[in-house]
Amino acid sequence: MHLTLEFGGGLELLCDSVKIHNVDVELKKGLEKLTMKDLLAWVRTNLIKERPEMFMKGDTVRPGVLVLVNDCDWELSGQLETTLQEKDVVVFISTLHGG
Amino acid sequence: MEEGNKIPKSASSRLCCRCNERKPALKRPKTLEQICRKCFYEVFEEEIHQVIVGNQLFKAGERVAIGASGGKDSTVLAYVMSELNRRHNYGLDLFLLSVDEGITGYRDDSLETVKRNEVQYGLPLKIVSYKELYGWTMDEIVKVIGLKNNCTFCGVFRRQALDRGAAYLKVDKLVTGHNADDIAETVLLNILRGDVARLSRCTSITTGEDGPIPRCKPFKYTYEKEIVMYAYFKKLDYFSTECIYSPNAYRGFAREFIKDLERIRPRAIVDIIKSGENFRISTSTKMPEQGTCERCGYISSQKWCKACVLLEGLNRGLPKLGIGRSRGLENGNGNRKDMEQNGDVRSIESKQCGSLDF
Repeated sequence: MHLTLEFGGGLELLCDSVKIHNVDVELKKGLEKLTMKDLLAWVRTNLIKERPEMFMKGDTVRPGVLVLVNDCDWELSGQLETTLQEKDVVVFISTLHGG
Repeated sequence: MEEGNKIPKSASSRLCCRCNERKPALKRPKTLEQICRKCFYEVFEEEIHQVIVGNQLFKAGERVAIGASGGKDSTVLAYVMSELNRRHNYGLDLFLLSVDEGITGYRDDSLETVKRNEVQYGLPLKIVSYKELYGWTMDEIVKVIGLKNNCTFCGVFRRQALDRGAAYLKVDKLVTGHNADDIAETVLLNILRGDVARLSRCTSITTGEDGPIPRCKPFKYTYEKEIVMYAYFKKLDYFSTECIYSPNAYRGFAREFIKDLERIRPRAIVDIIKSGENFRISTSTKMPEQGTCERCGYISSQKWCKACVLLEGLNRGLPKLGIGRSRGLENGNGNRKDMEQNGDVRSIESKQCGSLDF
């Protein structure tokens, strides 16, 4: 599944300072859908080059990291249960820095 | 209608709870409402306007400096203040005031953002630097004191720097972008450190009215998440990196805890602030009295203000001066070991203040 992932608020530093990533995520065998939970695991393995604890805590994002799927708060679509479609845009923004 | 119970509701089948027309873009942590972008802008701006008016933060004709660091809070603050000033005719003369602490790789980049803000929002900018004011940059200070207590030095110096910048600009007030999350963290921090004096002051929306320049926090009830969402949707230009010295700060623990709390119960943040506002200090607790610093005339509860004590320490090669617990002579249980460690501090600091220097 082709997706566009964006990292902001300082998170890009964990991915070699690249803010936008166009990725192709393989679905798990036998599954038709890709959930945010799967995507997060994929991101941690494939995109996060350092300090994964800055991005994730357990199965989900670190508290203080906002997630938007197609410019909508993922809290509206079920957080980790959110299902993703082809060409979706997922944005991760960290709020954990000075103002 | 029964079928409706079997089909799972997706976000797209719900509409904004305010206008009932558009698709919701976010869930407000404060109210758990699902709200669309346009309505979000409206409630966000309106709530801040109500905080400003309800707390009578400004008077028409005042000159107001906005503490601007180039970060998310101060950028959104500058944007919203100029917008509301225009829309509701506050009649304020707005300025941007920035502090250059001399932290390479952090402050030099964020100052570029403020310079852009100056142009984008049409607000005149003044930058004051630690080097100019104190003769030391934070980088130089950290080389001398090591990686502990950095925030103590920086915070103390920054407060004075802002006051001096504000005096230079001849402004009547200073506004800062401290948000609800920050204030909740501060309440917790003060409880954890037993700092009763600060606990009683830290939730005030306006502070320092009896000092050189009063300062207020229009974002006191605004959630950090909403500030970031607002900036994201409006595509506001801000700089976002953690200060390189911050990983060692104690505040980090309070922040982690607050963020975990927010996840479980988002209202916890405003509730903590409310608890903080309702604390009443027992009259038998000894509280610091306010006077002036003998060396520089700044307000101080001790003989010398904190900035002077810290500077003296730096200039004399005593980086621990003003850091660490100082037990006063009133305290009968004066710890001998502590008094020896603090050595010279005894001669400069007089009254026991009741606060822990971290």
